[in-house]
Amino acid sequence: MTALQQKTTEVVDPVPGAGAPHLPDQPDLVQLLTPEGERVEHPDYRLDISDDELRGLYRDLALVRRWDAEATALQRQGELGIWASLLGQEAAQVGAGRALVDGDMAFPTYREHGVAWTRGVDPLHVMSLFRGVDQGGWDPVARSFNLYTVVIGAQTLHATGYAMGLQRDGAENAALAFLGDGATSQGEVNEAMIWAATFAAPVVFFCQNNQYAISVPIERQSRVPLYQRAAGFGFPGVRVDGNDVLAVLAVTRAALAAAREGSGPTFIEAFTYRMGAHTTSDDPTRYRLAGELEEWKLRDPIARLKAHLSRTGIAGPEFFAAVDVEGDELAARIRKGTLEMPDPAGTEMFDHVFAEQTPELAQQRAEFVEYHASFEGN
Amino acid sequence: MQTLTIGKALNLGLRKAMEDDGKVVLMGEDIGKLGGVFRITDGLQKDFGEARVVDTPLAEAGILGTAVGLAMRGYRPVCEIQFDGFVFPAYNQIVTQVAKIHARSRGKLPMPIVIRIPFGGGIGAVEHHSESPEAYFAHTAGLKVVAVSTPADAYWGIQQAIAAPDPVVFFEPKRRYWEKGEVDTDGTPDPLFGSRVVRGGDDVTVLAYGPMVKTALQAADAAAEEGRSLEVVDLRTLSPLDLDPVYESVRRTGRCVVVHEAPVTLGLGAEIAARVTEHCFHSLEAPVLRVGGYDTPYPPSKMEEDYLPDLDRVLDAVDRAMGF
Repeated sequence: MTALQQKTTEVVDPVPGAGAPHLPDQPDLVQLLTPEGERVEHPDYRLDISDDELRGLYRDLALVRRWDAEATALQRQGELGIWASLLGQEAAQVGAGRALVDGDMAFPTYREHGVAWTRGVDPLHVMSLFRGVDQGGWDPVARSFNLYTVVIGAQTLHATGYAMGLQRDGAENAALAFLGDGATSQGEVNEAMIWAATFAAPVVFFCQNNQYAISVPIERQSRVPLYQRAAGFGFPGVRVDGNDVLAVLAVTRAALAAAREGSGPTFIEAFTYRMGAHTTSDDPTRYRLAGELEEWKLRDPIARLKAHLSRTGIAGPEFFAAVDVEGDELAARIRKGTLEMPDPAGTEMFDHVFAEQTPELAQQRAEFVEYHASFEGN
Repeated sequence: MQTLTIGKALNLGLRKAMEDDGKVVLMGEDIGKLGGVFRITDGLQKDFGEARVVDTPLAEAGILGTAVGLAMRGYRPVCEIQFDGFVFPAYNQIVTQVAKIHARSRGKLPMPIVIRIPFGGGIGAVEHHSESPEAYFAHTAGLKVVAVSTPADAYWGIQQAIAAPDPVVFFEPKRRYWEKGEVDTDGTPDPLFGSRVVRGGDDVTVLAYGPMVKTALQAADAAAEEGRSLEVVDLRTLSPLDLDPVYESVRRTGRCVVVHEAPVTLGLGAEIAARVTEHCFHSLEAPVLRVGGYDTPYPPSKMEEDYLPDLDRVLDAVDRAMGF
């Protein structure tokens, strides 16, 4: 091993805590629920939460995972062009999504199905995107959930600009920008953090560090833990156990509250793991070891909440069985709805390019219609 | 009626747009305290405040990306790109986001963003300060692209672009910023997305936009002395193109020359030549000819006179068109 490699290892442990399910080497990691489901306290992040809310979070996590499994199956059966699985990241997404209040606006990447769920987006409106029917069928304004952004990191600037708009409107709300670990290397993400800091914009950057940007591990993106980057921009950075829905909820709530109160941005690194492939087109066996996945299964976000609910008696077998049934019903609805989704008319591609249609495009549309009409009756 | 420079007309047009609509926000580098490197936004921050005339960090992607977010919140951002050659860091946001969000959202998220770009050469500048990148944007679905050539169009055009519900890339002829013209601020402007015949003629139709309109008119004056009559059309809108008046003209003259500073290969002239050929095929006495920059990086300023189309190169093309 060269000196440089040794130094790298000292600065960044590629997967801190790998081989140890408790991630013991991360003193700054905010955790409220251990992988075994034991509730622990954190001096900076209290969470007062009712039993109903706890059961609600479990339901969110389980249903989102069931949706994700059905979508993966539908892609394998040729019914979706592609699917970006959130497997393993349910707690990070549900925790962040449930921290939002009315009037807050979320800016997802293309994997935030769990956040979409918390915003009341119909799963079929996400499925339609991956089936190739549209670019996302939900109303981003009505759902306060922007359309998916595929260009990595571009949405962090949109969130920041939106937050500047909130500021100008005197609105006591915040924007929540989602990004991944790979996105932190993008210039636009760094610009977004500079702008957010400079204008003290009410925006929270929520980074799900799932350890891989497709195949490239986190140490190729950063030589310091990601949450420490925030200090360089001049605002707080927090690393939270991304597989602990309670900790994510508490940390994100606190950051959003600070933003709404005028204290400016926070960077949250939700430390998690992509248990599946990047997308259904990917083969993770080419770039990571099976043992790693096994370790992370011990930190499963749903299993730990289930253990907590069971141990404390907040929920019992009947509740879990009912959620399973609800999940199967949801999956059946998603499957049926996806299979029955009508293909869009070709003319649709012309209709929303502009708010004010141009004569040129109107003519192309007319020619398209005429061309296709020429085959009718032949 | 007032006599204004193009720069001052833009300044007054921006002021009027900001008075008319409190959602108009100007964003750019050095546009506030300094008033912009060309002083186009002079005095506006003083009168409208720092929240409406924003001195931004030095980050063009940031300017356009945050403009998208502000537009989603109901604002009408007017982004100044300091020089043509500096638009490229923002290119990703313009092409992948600004241009596509209306279609992506099926109309739920309008993008009424104006991107002001001083463009073109002739000012003796260093690299990246003299370019004509309009074809990149005209090629991108979802953007509208205009270029003004007179103080009156500058005054009205900037207001029309800001009021437009779609993103508009607004090219300003920087070397003509100081040229004067009459502006009737009480008049009724022509539509933004329309071309205009600015000089009638019978022999050759010459098309130009932005800084080259003046060059084309000078060429027409010179040609008239030799007994040749050039019809000059100011295209004004580059996307969408408004070529019906051009077709009408070419059907009379049978000859067409397109002039722009941008390199000729795959420039606006190429598209115009294709369309004129398609629509006026049986009227053409000569192929559509293009006069433009060469396929070289914009050269050091001691060579720019050789690079830029001028009166003589326009007349040379006119001669060739007449010689067919």
